Order: sequence, then C-alpha cells, then structure tokens
Amino acid sequence: MSAQIPEVRSTNELREKWMKPEVITGSEILLRSLLLEGVDCVFGYPGGAVLYIYDAMYGFEDFKHVLTRHEQGAIHAADGYARASGKVGVCIATSGPGATNLVTGIATAFMDSVPLVVITGNVISSLIGTDAFQEADITGITMPITKHSYLVRDVEDLPRIIHEAFHIANTGRKGPVLIDIPKDISAAQTLFVPQTGPVTMRGYNPKVLPNKIQLDKLTHAISEAKRPFILAGGGVVYSGGHEALYEFVRKTEIPITTTLLGLGGFPSGHELWTGMPGMHGTYTSNQAIQQSDLLICIGARFDDRVTGKLDGFAPHAKIVHIDIDPAEIGKNVPTDIPIVGDVKAVLELLNQDVKRANRADAWRAQIQQWKNEKPYSYKDSDTVLKPQWVVELLDETTKGGAIVTTDVGQHQMWAAQYYKFNQPRSWVTSGGLGTMGFGFPSAIGAQMANPDRLVISINGDGGMQMCSQELAICAINNIPVKIVIINNQVLGMVRQWQELIYDNRYSHIDLAGSPDFVKLAEAYGVKGLRATNKEEARRAWQEALDTPGPVVVEFVVSKEENVYPMVTQGSTIDQMLMGDE
Amino acid sequence: MTTKNTIAVLVNDHPGVLQRVSGLFGRRGFNIESITVGQSEEVGLSRMVIVTIGDKNNLEQIEKQLYKLVDVIKVIDLSSKPMVARELAMIKVKAEPPQRPEIMGVVETFRAAVVDVGTTSLIVQVIGDTEKIDAMIELLKPYGIRELTRTGVTAMIRGNA
Ligand SMILES: Cc1ncc(C[n+]2csc(CCOP(=O)(O)OP(=O)(O)O)c2C)c(N)n1
Repeated sequence: MSAQIPEVRSTNELREKWMKPEVITGSEILLRSLLLEGVDCVFGYPGGAVLYIYDAMYGFEDFKHVLTRHEQGAIHAADGYARASGKVGVCIATSGPGATNLVTGIATAFMDSVPLVVITGNVISSLIGTDAFQEADITGITMPITKHSYLVRDVEDLPRIIHEAFHIANTGRKGPVLIDIPKDISAAQTLFVPQTGPVTMRGYNPKVLPNKIQLDKLTHAISEAKRPFILAGGGVVYSGGHEALYEFVRKTEIPITTTLLGLGGFPSGHELWTGMPGMHGTYTSNQAIQQSDLLICIGARFDDRVTGKLDGFAPHAKIVHIDIDPAEIGKNVPTDIPIVGDVKAVLELLNQDVKRANRADAWRAQIQQWKNEKPYSYKDSDTVLKPQWVVELLDETTKGGAIVTTDVGQHQMWAAQYYKFNQPRSWVTSGGLGTMGFGFPSAIGAQMANPDRLVISINGDGGMQMCSQELAICAINNIPVKIVIINNQVLGMVRQWQELIYDNRYSHIDLAGSPDFVKLAEAYGVKGLRATNKEEARRAWQEALDTPGPVVVEFVVSKEENVYPMVTQGSTIDQMLMGDE
Repeated sequence: MTTKNTIAVLVNDHPGVLQRVSGLFGRRGFNIESITVGQSEEVGLSRMVIVTIGDKNNLEQIEKQLYKLVDVIKVIDLSSKPMVARELAMIKVKAEPPQRPEIMGVVETFRAAVVDVGTTSLIVQVIGDTEKIDAMIELLKPYGIRELTRTGVTAMIRGNA
C-alpha cells in the first residue's frame, strides 16, 4: 500500500544551484538551509510576520509544505513525523497567536525528547517589546519547554543558527529547538554561505561514550544477580539501539519490560518480554520490578506513571541507570551504577563482554509463571463492542505491522496493551505530557514520513474533537491514514477515575453533542464508516483497509469499560486493581 | 542536610541567559538566596554567582540541570572548596549630629566607610562576608535604618586553583 503524497522535486542539480554562495534574503536563507539539513516536509500556517518566508515559498517545490488547519495540528504532525522517522520535524507559524498555538505541541515534544525545529515569525525588531500587533515573547514563553531557543537579531547569524538548531535538536537527549525570526530579518539580505560542517559549541557536548569502569561493574552485577530485570524506555528507540538491546537480552537472557514510550524497542512476541510496567502495566512487569535484585534501567527516566509510589519502588534492587542525560540519573531514584552515554553505544560496548545471567533460572521460571497466570484480560461480549477487542482486531488484521498513533485516554492504554509492536518507530503516543488532540495530527506526520506504511490513528471521541479539522489535510493531500475512533460517548479515562476514586460522581464527562463522526468525515470528503457490533466492525475495518485514501472508522463501544490492571496514585506498583477477571 | 551552597556559573553573554538560569531554578523548585552577574575574565562570557539552600542531592541536580542549558559553559561548586566570598551593602542610617560619633565608631571597627553625609542621615558602605554584613546591620538598627541594599554574594576559590 502506498500513499499518494505528492513527491518533492528536489534534485541534485537544483540542490547544487541553490547551494552556491549568493546574496539572498533571510527567508531564502531559511529555505535553503532547511534543504541543506535534509528537510523534505514542513508543516505550517502563514501570517503577517512570516509573509516574507511564505513569499519565498511561492512556487518552491524542493520540499513539501503542508498547510494544516490549526498550528496545533502543524506541530503535532511535525512531532509524529519525527517520532516515526527519527528525523527532525519542522514546523512554521506566525508571531503572536500563531506562535502561542504551538505551545502545547512544543511541551509535548519536550517531555518525550522529540527532535523538532520550530520556526516562528515575530514583529519587526524595532517593535519587539512594545506590545505591537500580534507580538508575543515566544522565546520567553517557551523557555521551560525547549531544549534551546534563538531570537535572531542579525540576518548574518541565520545560517549558523539553523545549522546549530538541527544539531542540538537531534543529538544528545533530543528535543525541540525554537527559532524566532523577526519580520525584518526575514526580509533583510546578506551573503549566504551554506553551513554544513560539524557544529562546535562550547556549552554543548553531549557525552556519547560511557565510563568503562561502570560498564564492568554492571557486567559483574549481572553475573551475581539472582533476579535481574530490564526496564527499557524511549531512549532505546531514539538512539536506534533496539538491535543492540535485542543482542543484550539474547546474551544475558534477562527478562525485560518496555515503558509506554519504549514499545516497539523490543519485540513483543519475545519470551522474555513481560509487557508494559506501571500504572496500567502487566502484573508480571510490576511484580518483577518489585522483586528484582538488579534493575537495569535503559533509556527511561523513572516517570511516576512507571514507578508508582517512589518510597517502596524496587525495594530489593541494585539500580543501574543508563541514560544520555546525566541529570536523569539520581533525579527520581537513587542509582547504584550510573552509566552516562548514548544507549546504543553503551549496549554495543556491553555486548562485547556480557554473559548469560546464570544464577537467574528460577527467576525466569517465576516470570513465565506470572505471564501465564496473569496476562491482560477483559470480559468479552457479544452484545456490545469491547474496545480491547477492537484493538485486537486491528492487531490481527495488520499482524502488528502498522504504525499506530494514539490520542490520550483509555483507548491509548488499550492500544498499548493489546497491539503487539515488533518494530521501533511504529508507536507514536504522547507519554510525558499526555496531550489530548495529539493522536490524529501526529498520524498525518507519521504517514508523511512513511508513505509506504499503513498508519492507524486510534483516538477517543473526546480527543478526536480537539484537532478534527485536520481531516481536511488528509482529504486534500490524500494522506491515507486510517482514523479509528473508539467512541464510548464519554471522557473515558476521566470517567474511570471518577468511578474508582471519586465514588461514581460523574462530573462533566458526558460528550453528548458530539458530531456524527461519519458525517464529519464526509463533510471533509473523507470516507466515514461506523460499527456497533463485531460483524459490522470486521466488515467496516476490512473496507477501511481496502480503501486507498483516508478513512474514519468509528467503533461504538461499551461506555463502562475500565482499563485494568490499575495502580492508583499513592500505591506501590505491586498493589494493583485487577478488575473483574 | 540542608546547607548554604555557593556556585559559580560561567555562561555565554547572550540575551536571555539570566532568565534561562533563574527560570530553571524556579521551575525545578530550587531556591535562590542571592544571584550576582557580571563580566568574567573572558570576552563574551559572564560569571554568575548563585547562593542556594538545599541538601547534597539538590545541589547535584542543580549542577546537572544547569549543564543542560546550552549557554552554560562551566559550573563550579565553590562552597566545597576554600573560597573567598564577599558582598557589598549600603545602609542609609538615621544620624542626627549627636549620634554621629557613635556611628562612626561602629563604621571604623568594621572597616566600613561613610560614602555620603546628609543633614540627618549617613550612607555606610560595608564589604565583607555575609555574617559581617549581618552583624553590621544589627549594630546600626538601633539608630534607625532608612534604606538598605545588598549586592548578593560574589565569590572565588582561594589560591591558584
Ligand atoms: C489537552 C488535555 N486536556 C485534558 C486532558 C485530561 N484527560 C486525560 S484522558 C481524558 C479523557 C479522554 O477521553 P476520550 O478522548 O473520549 O478518550 P477515552 O479515555 O474515552 O478513550 C481527559 C479529559 C488531557 N490529557 N489533555
């Protein structure tokens, strides 16, 4: 299946022509520099402060510009593009309201360490600070949620700044970098000399290679351990370390859990994989963490959704923490063996020395027993559709091979629990910030980055309404995302908390007034399908798969379903509510 | 154990750097007791000296978080080494002519200086470590302090280090 996303026209000759030193405007410098950084697609929305930039884009086809219908759509799409491809996502917005509409998306990318270069326009330099029309101090507003930011003061700095921004965004612990360009800078001219060399910045030198002494300590600890366990996170995927991780597990035969963002970083069918840990994780993963005597955390940051109550987390374990960001080590959990470095580099070095954890056979058997006795489970029904069943349907029909993006809520957790990921960069979800409205536009970006893969976006009926306007983008550009809506008629995850923690006091969760999603899709020229029982569900889903373009499939599911297991706040992760079964 | 820690941070002299550093303290829940910034020995770099209160873990996190800022070049925990720390205070104290000799006596013992004389007041300038300045203020309080300003601490490691 191949998408009909328009090709970009960039050719080597064109590139050569563009890349000669020449006196040009800041706007053209921006476009050429983006090309130089290998950008093939940007998501954006024009306005007064970026009009010179958009003017320079007139007739420009060296990369594709996708005009979203909201800046939030643009930045989540850029984010989805980055997560699904490993390349830097780029988005452009105008000053003031355009820039502030990006804030949620920047924070989303920051929390999950996603490389983005975010370009905003600003009012002309001489008006900065005067509360001019459509002025916002976007560098100030976003300081806490960017890895770094620039306010360009001189057009001559622009080529260097763009080159640095891409370098910072996509090295070390990745993250969003903002470049704010005043309107007069985008109009000013200067001699553009293409920047391609290595970037040297005194204050920025991420440490890639680990300390050998620490690695030896870990190798030794593995040989001693009776109950070793691996907790792997998004860092595995981001560093491209999934193969090295596989090798590490093959050699040591240590059981492994992957966090929400780590899904796909290790094949879910593997015997030693125990499912996701934490609040809605498996019984096995949580028990294994709590009973382990050696917990090897790889590219994960001990998020509170994973650890539960910190006091009482992994009480018997020696803690090993492998991370590119030294500030993560010891931030939440005291560490016995800290290893700072790129996850892939660290694992490759470890793999040279490491041996099977020979004292852990009883432990491996124990883990298998937990896995067999307490898998994820739900009570299926023949009268109402169960959301878990819907995710299983998607998984079976696509053999786990799709790229799945989700929004935030119950459907997100069911997707994480019941879809079986076998490849990295197949799973796009907002973990750290938990941003509703992320699911659908991020799928657009994921599809742009992977025109030949099947992209499924799983959304709740609530979150779908936060960015549904981007259906226009799918229709116009024929972006063949399969947009699934798990419609339970309520803000499901909030309903679950209200039921279990707030005594069934269902305060403001009823989504009555939602549109007819089939008609909504059709209004944008996108095919819409609905299913209310298993037979309809199978048929509608098959039709969606058989349809070349974008399709919305609404599954009307039971309203009362809860996500289990669940660790409520303030409990340690082995204190789990298991649900009815 | 919470202690007072003095750290020196060498930063790029770029607009917004002070905001980045102080903002980081604020949002990570670290507390700033005083902060001073000025030129360093190298063109293009400034040195901030920050006094913060916290335990060992806080201090370690502060250092690590600071290093994440692209504009931060070097962070040194001064309080872990022998250091010289000084701040400057100016104290406008009520001083009718009869009280002046007494006040001058205090000023002299502290090796402070009178830098302005008004009809009913004096401005006293004192330089020293925080304790010395606190003590000076205590002694001048009985006369009536009209206005007080302190620079915050700046500091350096002793010797050739
Ligand atoms: C922007 C934003 N606002 C509010 C929330 C809080 N929140 C988390 S889950 C949820 C309910 C989501 O409902 P729905 O989209 O219908 O998905 P479901 O849980 O029913 O699968 C809400 C409101 C959030 N995560 N993000």
